[in-house]
Formats: sequence, C-alpha cells, structure tokens
Amino acid sequence: MIRAARKACSSAMLAAPLAGCGGNWQSALDVYGTSAISLKHLIILIVAVCSLVWMLVLIALIAALWRSRDARPVSPEPGRERRMTIAVTGAVVATVLIIGTFTVMSFVATRALTVAGQDDLTIRVRGLQWWWGLEYIGPDPSSRFETANEIHIPVGRKVRLKLEGLDVIHSFWVPSLAGKQDLVPGRPNELTIRAEHAGIYRGQCAEFCGMQHAHMSLLVIAEPQDDFDKWTATQRQTAAQPADEQTAAGLQTFLAKPCAACHTIRGTAAVGTTGPDLTHVGNRRTIAAGLFETTRGSLAAWIADPQTIKPGNNMPMVPLTPDELRAVSAYLASLK
Amino acid sequence: MAGVVLLGLATALAGCQREERQLRLDPPIADALDRVALMPNRISGAPPDVYFVLGKPYEVNAYNLSQGKRLYAWFGCRSCHGDGQGGSGPGFLDGWWYYGPEMVSIFASIRDGRPHGMPAFGNKMTTDQIWQLAGYVQTIGSYQGKTAAPSRNDEKQTRPAENRAPAKLLFDEGPSPVHPDQGPTP
Repeated sequence: MIRAARKACSSAMLAAPLAGCGGNWQSALDVYGTSAISLKHLIILIVAVCSLVWMLVLIALIAALWRSRDARPVSPEPGRERRMTIAVTGAVVATVLIIGTFTVMSFVATRALTVAGQDDLTIRVRGLQWWWGLEYIGPDPSSRFETANEIHIPVGRKVRLKLEGLDVIHSFWVPSLAGKQDLVPGRPNELTIRAEHAGIYRGQCAEFCGMQHAHMSLLVIAEPQDDFDKWTATQRQTAAQPADEQTAAGLQTFLAKPCAACHTIRGTAAVGTTGPDLTHVGNRRTIAAGLFETTRGSLAAWIADPQTIKPGNNMPMVPLTPDELRAVSAYLASLK
Repeated sequence: MAGVVLLGLATALAGCQREERQLRLDPPIADALDRVALMPNRISGAPPDVYFVLGKPYEVNAYNLSQGKRLYAWFGCRSCHGDGQGGSGPGFLDGWWYYGPEMVSIFASIRDGRPHGMPAFGNKMTTDQIWQLAGYVQTIGSYQGKTAAPSRNDEKQTRPAENRAPAKLLFDEGPSPVHPDQGPTP
C-alpha cells in the first residue's frame, strides 16, 4: 500500500515538470510561429543526428571492450596494415559531412528568420527597466498609438518589430513564435514574426537587465484580423471620460499628484513619457510587465507601494490618502 | 589563521551595512522623521531624535543616496537646478547656499518650498523620499567628505562627481550675506 503510494507520488513528481511542456505557455518546442517552426525543425534534426552518432560511438566502444584482445592475430606485415587508416578516414569523412550538413541547415533556417519583403504591420518595441513600450506605426501619423507589455498581432500576417533598448541591453523572446533578438541601446534591431495560429503567447526578457529582469514579461496575442482591427480601433481612441463621481475624483488626483509627470492618458492633461501609456490600462490583461492580472485591487496594491512589490523599479511611492487611492484605482480600472 | 579569516569576514560583512536597503519606513517612524525643529526663519534647526537613533541613514547609507539621485531626476529638480550647476534655480556647486548645508534646511526647502519659485513637494513625496533627496542634494554640494556615495552616472559627467573632495577646499566662500534671510556661509 505504502509502496504503491510512493510509486504514484514519484510518478506524479516526474509528470509535473513534463506537464510544463504541454500547452502554449512559453516553450520553444510548442511552436505556432513561422520562424519558431523552422527553429524547431532544426533542433529536431540536430538532436536526431547527434543521438545517432552518439549511439554508433557507444556501440563501437562496447564492441571494442567486448572483443577479446587476441581474437585476431597481429598483422604479419605491420608496415602495410591499413585497418586503422580506413577507420580514421571513415570517421573524418562522417564528421565533415555531418558538420557541413548542420552548417547548411542552420544557414537556411537563419535565412528564413530574417525574410525581407513587404510586411503588414510595424511595431516599435522599446525595452526599458523593466517593461516593454510599444508603438504601433501605421501608414499615417493619425493611426499610430502607444501601449505597453501586450502586443496584439493579426494571425497569418508578417509583423515587423523594430527593437530598441533605451537603458541597458534587453532581449525579446517569445519562444512559441520566434527566436531571441537583443534590444541594444543605440543599435536598432529588427525581428519579423508571423503567428500561424490564434492564441496568447508569453514572452520575456532573455538578457539579464537588472534587479527585476525576471519580472519583465510580455504577452503576444495573435487574433483573427477582425478582432485585431477592433482592438486597434479601440486603442486609437482617447481615454474614456470618467463615468461617475469616484472616477472623476480619480482623474483629478492623477493630474494633481506626480502620476501625470511620467504617464500619458491620451485625452487628458497627463502627457508624461517615462512610464507606460495608461490610456487603456484597464483593457490590458496584466500590469507591471506581467506581474499581476489587471484588477482594481492589483492596481491599488501597485500604486500604494510599487517599491515593495517590484523593488528597484522606476516608479516612486506617491503619498495618497485612502480615498485618493480608491479613486485613482477605480479610475485606472475604468480605462478600458 | 582562522582568526584572521574571521576578522576579514566580519569586516566584509560590516561593509554590507553601508548599502542596507529599507524599502519602506514604518508609519510611526516616518511621522517622527517628519517633525523637524526649524528656527523661526525656517533656516537650520534640529532633526528629530529618531534621526540620530537610526544613525543618520540619509547621510551615510549609499542606497539612500542613490535613491535620492533617482528622485532628483524623477521629480524634475533638473528643470530648475540643472545637474547641480543651477539654471532658473540656484546651483548646488558654488560652495555657498542661501539656506545653508544642514539636512534640516534642505529637508524644509523640499517639503515646504521656499520663496521665489521653489515649490513645496510635501504632498507629492513621502517623508523618506524627501530625506533621501535632501541627503543627495547635500552630497552634490559636498561640504564634507562622506564615506558613502550615490551610484555613478550612466551619462557623461558634466560636473564634478558627488564623491569628490569636499567643496570647502575647492571653492571660495562666496560673497558675505546680503539678505537677512540668508543663512550662514559654509
């Protein structure tokens, strides 16, 4: 009985880490983007060939150990003995072939990642300590808008990301869609992604960038063209007007306190640019770069003490009375 | 041998205290730190006792000085005081200050504002933030050498660093006081 329980327990412990591989929650083996798919093929090819070579080497080793030392007589003419030459030549040819194939395959896969040509959509992605600033660049200036930490893209269309690091080096990595690409201050990089299936893909900074590197994640939401168009139309609008007394008081507090010095809420007097654009913050799934789900409570907790929740981040604690905090959090949650 | 190692370890660990971080003050301590005793002309005075009990954390702790440096940027001090060289507001590098180099005077200037344009930040910043900023501003002036320094600039230095030799050695004492509100020259 105890043994059975122990067995069940250990198999559950084995299953738990493996279960992490399933579902589309950040895995380079669970791919839904064009370049991630070609990368996965490359991984599988390399693993398969390397496993084959490893097995052949082990078989040869075991055979050599197994064989009796004097099973075969020593060659009568050691000067003309060619058995070792043949073995060494075979190994060298196989090595050159395998490495050559890998080189060509990896070159082809890398080429596929940086396909040039007409892209459907351009997004400027800025890496900051410790969040992602996003600017959708449309065909004309009126269609551009800013948001943060949540990239929406249409399914099956090529999206060009212009990557810029503003303080230190960050790295953009959404394993289910594409490989890593660094955001280097002063050196613009580009990455083209294309999602083949609708879904929510998590990504995160993949280059250590300071104290809160681990709390710098983002979501890529791939959705059908109609939903994407609806989303962009909403995002382009200015912020919703306060609907009731409390949210109106929240807006007043937001403008009177230092909040507006760093954050923009389009359609109000708040035009700061150092922090994330909050025009539609209530519409985003998470706040603080994936730290919390967006709820009125999590917004209030974040505003009340950002330095304890995410130590070292660039948002200072602002002295607010409980009424002011309630009003501001209600107002921000209402910004759908 | 073991004694030497232990001594070395103890010295190294004591160094950590210089950078000890306190992310948020307990509200009663913050309240007590807010009660500075100023002279009637609001220049100079005494910090509350708790300031000494805590061991002058805003002057000797490198983390607090670095936070002060960040607050200096965040709250737009630069727009009037420049990077310490002054602009529409007075500079901090010239070796003499209207209200003197004492922490309480700097704290009061930030919290309550001063005539001729210095706004009050009392309702925009928490008490510990004001203390941190005051410590940093005092460091820019560099009246005395300090054992702790704020973090270095990411940008190019445009002025002497905060942890340079004390300003007393570098600057003239400046003109003698001309205004009754003006504090003691350093």
